[in-house]
Amino acid sequence: MDPQRKRKIRLVVALGAAVLLASALVYTSFTASTEAKEPSQLLGAAPGTSYDMTGTVVRGSVHRNGDSLRFRVADREGEGRSIPVTYSGTIPDPFRGGREIVLTGQVSQGTFVGQPNTLVTKCPSKFTTKNG
Amino acid sequence: MASLGSAALVLAFLAAVFAALAALIGRHGNRRWIDVSRRTVYAFCALITACVAIIEIAFAGNDFSFNIVQQHSSIETPTFYKLAAMWSSQEGSLLLWAWVLSIASSAALYATRDKLRELVPYATAVMMGVAAFFTGLMLFAPNVNPFATLGPAPADGIGLNPLLQHPSMMIHPPMLYSGYVAFTIPFAFAIGALVTRKLDAEWIRATRRFALIAWAFLGFGLLLGARWSYTELGWGGYWAWDPVENAALMPWLLGTAFLHSIMVQEKRGMLKVWNASLIVGTFSMALLGTFLVRSGVLQSIHAFGDNTVGPYLLGLIAVVMIGSAALIVSRLDDLRSEKRIDSLASRESVFLVNNLLLVALTAVIFWGTFFPLISELFTGNKASLAAPWFDRYTTPLAILLVLFTGIGPLLAWRRFSWASAKRVFVRPAIVAAAVGVVLLLVTDAAHKPWAFALFVFAAFALSGLAQEFWQGAAARRSISGGSFPAALLAVISRNRRRYGGYVVHIGIAVLLIGIAASSSFQTNRQVTLRPGESTVVDGRKVTYVRPTESVNSEAVTLGAELEVEKDGSEFALFPTRRYFRPTGVTTSTIGSYFQGEADSRIGLKAGLRSDFWTAVEPDISAVQRRVRAAEQGFKACVGGTPGTPPQCLALAAMMRRAAAEPRLRPAALAQIDALEAATTKRIAHSYLNDNAPATFKMIVNPLVSWMWIGGLIALAGALVALWPSRRKALRGAVAETEADALKEAKYREIRDAELDHAAGKLSDEDYALLDAELRTEAVEILDRLDEKREKVPQG
Repeated sequence: MDPQRKRKIRLVVALGAAVLLASALVYTSFTASTEAKEPSQLLGAAPGTSYDMTGTVVRGSVHRNGDSLRFRVADREGEGRSIPVTYSGTIPDPFRGGREIVLTGQVSQGTFVGQPNTLVTKCPSKFTTKNG
Repeated sequence: MASLGSAALVLAFLAAVFAALAALIGRHGNRRWIDVSRRTVYAFCALITACVAIIEIAFAGNDFSFNIVQQHSSIETPTFYKLAAMWSSQEGSLLLWAWVLSIASSAALYATRDKLRELVPYATAVMMGVAAFFTGLMLFAPNVNPFATLGPAPADGIGLNPLLQHPSMMIHPPMLYSGYVAFTIPFAFAIGALVTRKLDAEWIRATRRFALIAWAFLGFGLLLGARWSYTELGWGGYWAWDPVENAALMPWLLGTAFLHSIMVQEKRGMLKVWNASLIVGTFSMALLGTFLVRSGVLQSIHAFGDNTVGPYLLGLIAVVMIGSAALIVSRLDDLRSEKRIDSLASRESVFLVNNLLLVALTAVIFWGTFFPLISELFTGNKASLAAPWFDRYTTPLAILLVLFTGIGPLLAWRRFSWASAKRVFVRPAIVAAAVGVVLLLVTDAAHKPWAFALFVFAAFALSGLAQEFWQGAAARRSISGGSFPAALLAVISRNRRRYGGYVVHIGIAVLLIGIAASSSFQTNRQVTLRPGESTVVDGRKVTYVRPTESVNSEAVTLGAELEVEKDGSEFALFPTRRYFRPTGVTTSTIGSYFQGEADSRIGLKAGLRSDFWTAVEPDISAVQRRVRAAEQGFKACVGGTPGTPPQCLALAAMMRRAAAEPRLRPAALAQIDALEAATTKRIAHSYLNDNAPATFKMIVNPLVSWMWIGGLIALAGALVALWPSRRKALRGAVAETEADALKEAKYREIRDAELDHAAGKLSDEDYALLDAELRTEAVEILDRLDEKREKVPQG
């Protein structure tokens, strides 16, 4: 085979693989991703759909009951309404009232039920703002 | 002190700007301007070093008039962490960036002081441009001047967050930063090469070491971060596909690709566009990593502060990417390959495949990391991707990469015949097959096909690499005799780059075995036990023997003594949870202990076969009830409420006198502190008799130790490859001129081919052809050298 043709074939194969990978990425990421919502958006959310909830743990709302944890989460900005949350599973060290969290779960009868071991708490300290 | 530091910072900024300008003025070979520029870079380094020294002295001496010290340290912070506190702050981390850059730039310019005269001015301009950017950021962006002061100096600082008080804090961030920053050097020289159109392998030879150092630092930083996460956070994992982790992994992956493909350019004059693009990509990713931590655009467990420097960094990234892309496109004609790939079965074509895999891996991680922004763009909603999505793509790519860490070293440069293929592939393939059969028969690896494939490929790679070492040593012995270990050492020390690289490959294969085993065959349990109760985790009987407690001025620590028993042997673990007082609280109140941070001190029994990892979450509801009661009692006591015990009445009387007479106040406060401390101790002690349940997270992690061992092996390999050879050290500068360097490189290629032939990788025919080719090329270079030498005396 002449080298020009060979190079062309190689290029087409490489580009084909790249396009294939790219479309797989696009397709799976849009289907596998979970929507991020804030508590105020979740209050009226449809049950049965998984969401990533981001918000701030309401101070003084954390109650522990054996393995499970009950607390309320409010919007990050402003004094939005808060949603009650139940969760069981690993609790990251920095978790406490006033901290920002991300939790995956579903809404059931007005309560956000977190999936076990999906609680992420933002580390409070590294580059804190003044008086943050 | 602060004003001295500010002055040094301003001077450093001016020095960086001046050095860049001087370099550009001298770009057409004006030696004096270039010398001035280089010396100004040294001065910049000295000035930034002075800034760092002043900040560290302020931390060590508790100078709370410095805003940065007041915010991130306190009198009680241990000295070790005072010194590390600098980079826990935004402004301090920027200073660290500038500092590392100043050192790396000085080193690079010192190493090239008599070489690459056309290219160095532009490289200097790029490095100092970046330096001026970071120094200028500290001076002109709001709230990030490290020398900002507070009016009257406060008596004490807020302190360093206890979660950051871990020995890793001392080296993890500087390692990562050194990795990020050192990639500036090859990037700057690449830009210099593009501008001057000197696009042979010169710039690569000059900066290869810096790229390797950057790669090693970044890799070690990543490993330390993983280790920190595993041993410190009560989570038990080492990688979470968190944006900040990804941000550090991406430049490392691209850097890995770069380190491989530059070898192809060095030896064969190919892949020039690719290499230039890779280093631009690597440096952009490094900047992106710096940016992500400071921008708040993505959700991450790593803290993000206010967005004061984010936009500037984004601007820099845009300038770097667009400028470099334009430069590469305008130089496409000069970037054409000098040669073509001779054979699909050669080392260079395997390098190309490995490069594509690494870039694909980076692309996947990039997409996943920035997906929230992408999805917001298209759907208006920030949707994010979780670990399983990442795993789905990265697992097969990692498995293919392991296979290629084995295949690459077995192939010779340029060409490779199927006869020699049989010779080098047979044994590793047999070993891999045998390992596969044993795994299927003895373990349950068959249930995890991905992990199984990885183990088999890793066995192939490791046995192939072992064969390489074996045959290298045997070939050496057949030439010069001696014992086998001596021959092995000799062949390694004479070919450091090659065998150092092989050691890195061994390390990476071992590391990936550790990751695959621990992620696929992990047992993860969460159990609530009362003292005396037991449970069984993966064949181990775990008994909660008794609760433990301790109190100091910083934290109340509650924990458990666990006894783990397996096959007659047993060991004890003491996981605890520490409840810190909020930082910045100076007077004690009992309840404050449970209002601050809390962290887990894990219990870990590490072993080569498996780790037993445990963290405890005590039920503190009873303790907290007592704390509330004690606080109320205390208030009543100090308030002198009738009916309280006589000591209380005495204390209340003392408080009243102290209120009138300030002289008595310290004594009264000390009394209260002592009483509160005693009460806290009593309450913590009561936890022992509560018979309270505690929730334990227990993980049995098979082979996870090999991840750390593999990482350290890879680091050692990088050091072997970096170690300068004695001959070079004796001759001082590596090579006088570019032609000398070329000659050296060609000689090395001839030696390589000789070794490959002796080790059976090249058939006799192939070797004869290749050797003749290489020798012709060498003669050409020598001719050119002679021409130059003859010209010099006349011109």
